[in-house]
Amino acid sequence: MNVRSQVSMVFHLDKCIGCHTCSIACKNIWTDRKGTDYMWWNNVETKPGTGFPTRWEDQEKYKGGWEKKNGSISLKSTDKKRIILNIFHNPHMPSMDDYYEPWTYDYQNLFNAKEGPDQPVALPISKVTGDHINVESGPNWDDDLGGSPIYAENDPNLKGLTEQQREHLFAIERLVMFYLPRICNHCLNPACVASCPSGALYKRGEDGIVLIDQKKCRAWRSCVSACPYKKTYFNWFTGKSEKCILCFPRVETGQAPACFHSCVGRIRYLGVLLYDADRIEEVAHLPDEELIDGHRSLVLDPNDPQVVEAARRSGVHDSIVESARNSPVYKFVKEWRIALPPHIEYRTMPMLYYVPPMSPVMSERNDKTVDNVSDSLFHDIEQARIPLKFLANLFGAGHEAKVVYALRKQKAVRWYRRALTVGDVTLDEAKRMLAAADCTVEEAEAIYRLTSLCTFDERFVIPPSHREEAIEMMEDPHERRQSTGFGFLAGPRRGL
Amino acid sequence: MENAQYLDQLLFGVLPYLALATFFLGTIQRYRSQAFTYSSLSSQFLENQRHFWGMVPLHYGILVVLAGHVVAFLFPRQLLAWNGHPVRLYILEISALIFGLLTLVGLLTTLIRRLGYSKIRTVTSTADIVLYLLLLVQVASGVTVAVTHSWGSSWFAASAAPYLWSIVTLDPNISFVLAMPFMVKVHIVNACLVIGFFPFTRLVHILVIPNPYLWRRPQVVRWNRAQDVR
Repeated sequence: MNVRSQVSMVFHLDKCIGCHTCSIACKNIWTDRKGTDYMWWNNVETKPGTGFPTRWEDQEKYKGGWEKKNGSISLKSTDKKRIILNIFHNPHMPSMDDYYEPWTYDYQNLFNAKEGPDQPVALPISKVTGDHINVESGPNWDDDLGGSPIYAENDPNLKGLTEQQREHLFAIERLVMFYLPRICNHCLNPACVASCPSGALYKRGEDGIVLIDQKKCRAWRSCVSACPYKKTYFNWFTGKSEKCILCFPRVETGQAPACFHSCVGRIRYLGVLLYDADRIEEVAHLPDEELIDGHRSLVLDPNDPQVVEAARRSGVHDSIVESARNSPVYKFVKEWRIALPPHIEYRTMPMLYYVPPMSPVMSERNDKTVDNVSDSLFHDIEQARIPLKFLANLFGAGHEAKVVYALRKQKAVRWYRRALTVGDVTLDEAKRMLAAADCTVEEAEAIYRLTSLCTFDERFVIPPSHREEAIEMMEDPHERRQSTGFGFLAGPRRGL
Repeated sequence: MENAQYLDQLLFGVLPYLALATFFLGTIQRYRSQAFTYSSLSSQFLENQRHFWGMVPLHYGILVVLAGHVVAFLFPRQLLAWNGHPVRLYILEISALIFGLLTLVGLLTTLIRRLGYSKIRTVTSTADIVLYLLLLVQVASGVTVAVTHSWGSSWFAASAAPYLWSIVTLDPNISFVLAMPFMVKVHIVNACLVIGFFPFTRLVHILVIPNPYLWRRPQVVRWNRAQDVR
């Protein structure tokens, strides 16, 4: 057992209101430089929708992630042979057209325009060329189902839905949507790291954050193609790839990442998971339907004395094990099993989990009346407006069982709380539901608490970074003192 | 000595050393002080179609042509022996010309793409333009030589290789070059300019070809601990 710690995340989709505060917090800190304008390390997508970059989930087009062939896994389009042959032109790399051309507005014109018969306007100008452009698309162009005949109907997750299900999904006045906030998943088996010819990408041993060494990146661009979530971006100005750094300077100093900190809906949770690094390869080889359980089995119980002992042997500090015991992520993922990894079939072993969203019941009757009463306890999950198949394509590698489990448990907790506070459901019935959903009363209370009443410190249990053990701390303080704090910082630029 | 002789001495006896000195000092210093600037500065992200028709012929063409030069430089005798058979000579000459033309086509496509697309123009520096012009002269003169002065693979081995060796052994013997046609001289002088200009351009990406990649493990983990516990 090779125990490592990973700063992991849970996004509770039932709480996301799609306000994009997270995206703005991130952009203002990290990606408002030249060449990064188009990047959204954090973005919020409307589902069903095509996402960012357009149809990123369509691996027939982008060929990202791993695939299993003849019992072993390899990168879909970015294995060594193909990277070497295609190093001069990367055939599956998205171009700016798949994202959008960033623009600003010619605000000066509002002040400087000559007097004339019309009001002056601020025309859009490209942030690449500086020329006037005709804006045709941008990030979140399909926000809140805008333009859904073009966008929502092209969601790759609609694969396998029946005609009837699609019809229901897109019937006017019954339209349904939810939001999918996305950042880098800081995977255990990252395709971006594996594909980099320069070895510029790496996973930090101590907390599992995946980073790109800007000094080693040579713009071979394979990480952009390799990441199936399209969360590595190419800085066209500096000629270097960049990605979400999980605000490591904040995490190292005990602060939540900016997108987490600013989340209005309090949907985000962050905490440590201990995992067995020796088993990653084995789990990445499992068949699709076993991937979620396998992935979950990588996560180790921080209360298990054997795990604690192994963690000590592997050099994981006791304080991190302690932090793992309080981790909200551990509860969602391992204890309650209601948080699921996105598109586990890409086999990168993402360490960002989603609690799947509930949705209104279909409520279609022949006489057009709304009828929610049924003998079946969980009828509204099977008949939810978001078809289970759709959620299963997103969070269950196409298999519905794990999604159903998560939704039933959430539903049972709601009914249990309803019995306590509203009283229109009997406690007996609520407990019957809890039992059917594999949930105890204590667990229901805990889920309720961490979902609804959670404080800042309950949502973000940030492990100590132990910077006192870092390499620079081992240097002679006198020498180090002489070599830091004085000199010139140069901003990133293109070439010499 | 007459002025022309001084010029020859300067171009073929001194310039190569200036170029090599600049090359080594420049690239090493740049790598040490500005590692961040070592990048291929790819523009594929901004334009994805023409890029293929420029980059692929240019790179594969130049790789083969350069390899040819290196082989002729390192193994001139073996090359002459190989060329002893006319069929083998023809095959070598024709394939060299094909790859030379491929390079030229790739280079021209790249140049047109560079100047023709406004997005690409914004990421084109003056150094890029100078470099492209130097490369264009280099490749065009090379192809011209290949067309007008046939059997280059043989006479390269017989007279260019000894000249290059004389440069490498610090005993420059320019008499080999003086008798050569004008275009060959242009090719040699321009090569020196390219080598000398190399450290200040995007060409430095050639020096950081991904070598550990082929045998490293897929996943890379970095520890920030003084002592790795593992």
